[in-house]
Amino acid sequence: MTAIVDYGVGNLFSLRCSLEAIGESVEVSSDPEVIRKADRVILPGVGAFADAAARLRDSGLDQTVREAAREGTPLMGICLGMQMLFEKSLEYGEHEGLGLLEGTVRPIRDILQEQGLDPEGRLKIPQMGWNALRFRKDSPLFRYIREGDFVYFVHSYAAAGCEESLLADTEYGAWLTACVGKGNVTGCQFHPEKSGSVGLRILKAFCEMERSAT
Amino acid sequence: MITKRIIPCLDVKNGRVVKGVNFQGLGDVDSPVSLAKHYSDCGADELVFYDITASAEGRALFTDILTETARQVFIPLTVGGGINTVEDFERVLKCGADKVSVNSGAIRDPSLIGRAARKYGDQCVVLSVDVKRVDGVFRVFAKGGRENTGLEALEWIRRGVGDGAGEVVVNSIDTDGVKQGFDLEMLEAVCGVVKVPVIASGGAGKIEDFITLFHTIPGVDAGLAASIFHFGEVRIPDLKKEMQARGIPARITEAD
Repeated sequence: MTAIVDYGVGNLFSLRCSLEAIGESVEVSSDPEVIRKADRVILPGVGAFADAAARLRDSGLDQTVREAAREGTPLMGICLGMQMLFEKSLEYGEHEGLGLLEGTVRPIRDILQEQGLDPEGRLKIPQMGWNALRFRKDSPLFRYIREGDFVYFVHSYAAAGCEESLLADTEYGAWLTACVGKGNVTGCQFHPEKSGSVGLRILKAFCEMERSAT
Repeated sequence: MITKRIIPCLDVKNGRVVKGVNFQGLGDVDSPVSLAKHYSDCGADELVFYDITASAEGRALFTDILTETARQVFIPLTVGGGINTVEDFERVLKCGADKVSVNSGAIRDPSLIGRAARKYGDQCVVLSVDVKRVDGVFRVFAKGGRENTGLEALEWIRRGVGDGAGEVVVNSIDTDGVKQGFDLEMLEAVCGVVKVPVIASGGAGKIEDFITLFHTIPGVDAGLAASIFHFGEVRIPDLKKEMQARGIPARITEAD
């Protein structure tokens, strides 16, 4: 069973449906006990980082997610859920994340500027639409997809300084972090539940990940 | 590189897909759920469901169809029609919509855009505008294109985006249903005033119209059409292949 962590942000209907479509049993839950006994855990999220991080902390589920990560349970963060796996975010201030992966979430605009790209600010932010994946490391998540496959993004911020966990990136003005993973902790900046059959195949690969030895 | 999106639009009334020419003479086409699944399978990048029902029963039926579609189709879904309040946003988002488009509802109450954007995020709010030239000026029309609001279209769009609309659908009443190509002049004007994605609607009759659209106006992010897809006059896999061959970034799926 895969548990989707329900901490009051975002619409979890499509995510649940996408897992059910690949034959996975799903529980959308805010109960730490349900999440503890899950074979896999998905941390979703949309909206503002500070608000979502506060909700996760206030619900106490941040500890449950950390515990799952520590015990080797396959964990996937999606979109803002992926961003929360990192040490911190610079979205409107500086906010602490779960710190499960090394790196900082930064505005796409800053990442571009730093590299001297798009100086006139012509690129539309957020990146909204379908973009191709470039693999940076081999991962069990990519078992059923190919480099160059398209996935669906909606984001104004991206993880940076995460070379250690970077699995795939995508080109939008600059190369932006698309997929990360280190051991049992994984994340997708894009929405696999909205990425057609490619997305379903990434979720299928995730659902085949086994609990790692701790 | 981000791809240009191809978006079929399904006008739904009483549980069936319909599409009119110049907004009149509606004719039944197919079941929304099976049509949506078909489009997803053949490479549509996104779907728009437009609820043109007026009755409460029709609205409930629409919500059921939306739910069933979201269970089977895993590409972004935008819902429009009958969105007048933040509660209407909630109603369709719960059923699996990813974005919600506002049109007449925002004309009646312009604060709707800002309130919805603050609650659900800019990326969730799509401003859909029916535009027609009146004495050489782009004007916003309401009620499915029947009523001139007197609003100047570029100013209305700029204001909506300023309030938090994360995307704009520009439907040209002048070219809608005529099948002689998109309204390039109108689209270029809109792209000049906003920095959010712009979706072109109204006038596509053949593959070449999409090629011309994306070649002529690089600021346009997506092309939307209905009947030419429903009646098979343009097949999405053929369109995507032609886009790719002509240097327009397109998402080519494996099934192609």
